[in-house]
Amino acid sequence: MYSKIKIKADNVNFFYGKVQALKNITIDMLEKQVTAIIGPSGCGKSTFIRLLNRMDELIPNSSMTGKICLSGVDIFNCLCDPVDIRKRVGMVFQKPNPFPKSIFDNISYGLKVNGIKDKSFIEEKVEDALKKAALWQEVKDRIHESALKLSGGQQQRLCIARCLAVQSEVILFDEPCASLDPISTAKIEELILELKKDYTIVIVTHNMQQAARVSDYTAFFLLGELIEFGKTQDIFTKPNDPKTEAYITGRFG
Amino acid sequence: MLFLCIIITLIFLGSIIYFISTRGFKVISWEFLTQGPRMSMTQGGVLPAIIGTFYLTLGAIFFALPLGLACAIYLCEYSPKSFVVNLIRISINNLAGVPSVVFGLFGLAVFVNFFKFGVSILSGSLTLGILALPLIISASQEALTAVPQSIREASLSLGATKWETIKNIVLPTALPGILTGVILSIGRVAGETAPILFTAAAFYTRGYPKSIFSEVMALPYHIYGLMTEGTHPYQQKAIAYGCSLILLFMVLLISGIAITLRQRQRGAHV
Repeated sequence: MYSKIKIKADNVNFFYGKVQALKNITIDMLEKQVTAIIGPSGCGKSTFIRLLNRMDELIPNSSMTGKICLSGVDIFNCLCDPVDIRKRVGMVFQKPNPFPKSIFDNISYGLKVNGIKDKSFIEEKVEDALKKAALWQEVKDRIHESALKLSGGQQQRLCIARCLAVQSEVILFDEPCASLDPISTAKIEELILELKKDYTIVIVTHNMQQAARVSDYTAFFLLGELIEFGKTQDIFTKPNDPKTEAYITGRFG
Repeated sequence: MLFLCIIITLIFLGSIIYFISTRGFKVISWEFLTQGPRMSMTQGGVLPAIIGTFYLTLGAIFFALPLGLACAIYLCEYSPKSFVVNLIRISINNLAGVPSVVFGLFGLAVFVNFFKFGVSILSGSLTLGILALPLIISASQEALTAVPQSIREASLSLGATKWETIKNIVLPTALPGILTGVILSIGRVAGETAPILFTAAAFYTRGYPKSIFSEVMALPYHIYGLMTEGTHPYQQKAIAYGCSLILLFMVLLISGIAITLRQRQRGAHV
């Protein structure tokens, strides 16, 4: 039913200086589906996900070959401005990283840098984003207080709301629950399942149960290579590659 | 043992304040604060010197803050990591160690003579500004480096440009640290004598400065003058202590204002 390819990575190689972090990654991610990327530390998961909104190029001495297409358009094409790509592909980071501003300003920031000035529209959008991120009930009375006063889980949901406010098409989650407790994690996972209705989601995670719970497709990375990619159900029940099986059954990693 | 060191330091600090206060307090009066000197410096007040120091300090910060901040932003956010940039960094740090009288001579040669600004508030402010530059640059650089990379990434990932990120996220976050640099420089600049010796200061001026091209009286130079020139050394000495007290008080006041601002800034989002 959802067969449209949203993100297409074609033969992607990525280098930090001379060290090759990604080797010939080819992967198709479908629209409005959750794709999980699993693998041991240092396998290139984060590097890969950060390519999808062109955050990797902030790293000096890095270089890449291959093609990544978003809705069929090559995002590394020289005509593409990385700033425009990032407006379409939002990102939630490993550690909650709210700005040292009020809750309201955290969310309105993305709208403001996108040139929106209409105050009532911004207010509406902020409320909307907070509701979508399941945070509105908790913060509606203190929306002008500092975001740093929120708990870790609330901060992470705020970061998600911040993404949602700018109307992204894709949201990248880079180990979003790495620093959260189980209850906050459950809330984030619930949220991801909810957001799937409107957004294409890519999530990097160390937690295999999490990948199994939230994703439709799973990619297993090892030492910069894509070992296996397929329906989450298949990867976890009948993996093709013995390395995948070894990893998901906890024999290494 | 370590506690003893603190006590010794506090004793020095306390005795400075004690001596300056007890000796200076005698001459402080409403007249002293609100009038110009009369009768060969032995009567009247030192208002022109207070105003002069205020202008010079303000001028120096006005010149050094934007320039220093811009340098720090370039060095932290834009410059590539290269040998040349490292050299620039080291040079800036060394600039902070140059003796202030050297800045004074430089100011005389460049601002007073070459640019023909004359002995004036402008020349003095520029000279003091150069003295303050390395302080402001290194404090700002430190403050900028302390801003976590993660919130820069957050801003960029929302589709903000690099400049928008710096302007809206990095600078406000670094502001308390930058203000600390400004406070330090104010303290340093207000009290400097050597840089204004040849570039701005006069022992006595009629009335108040009329433009940025006027010579001015300034507290530190006035103290120096009272102790070394003039014909009534005994009365002048008392006035010099009075000036010292005012200078001390001015620096504390300006620092106090800046510290309050910084605390407020910091307190807003912690």
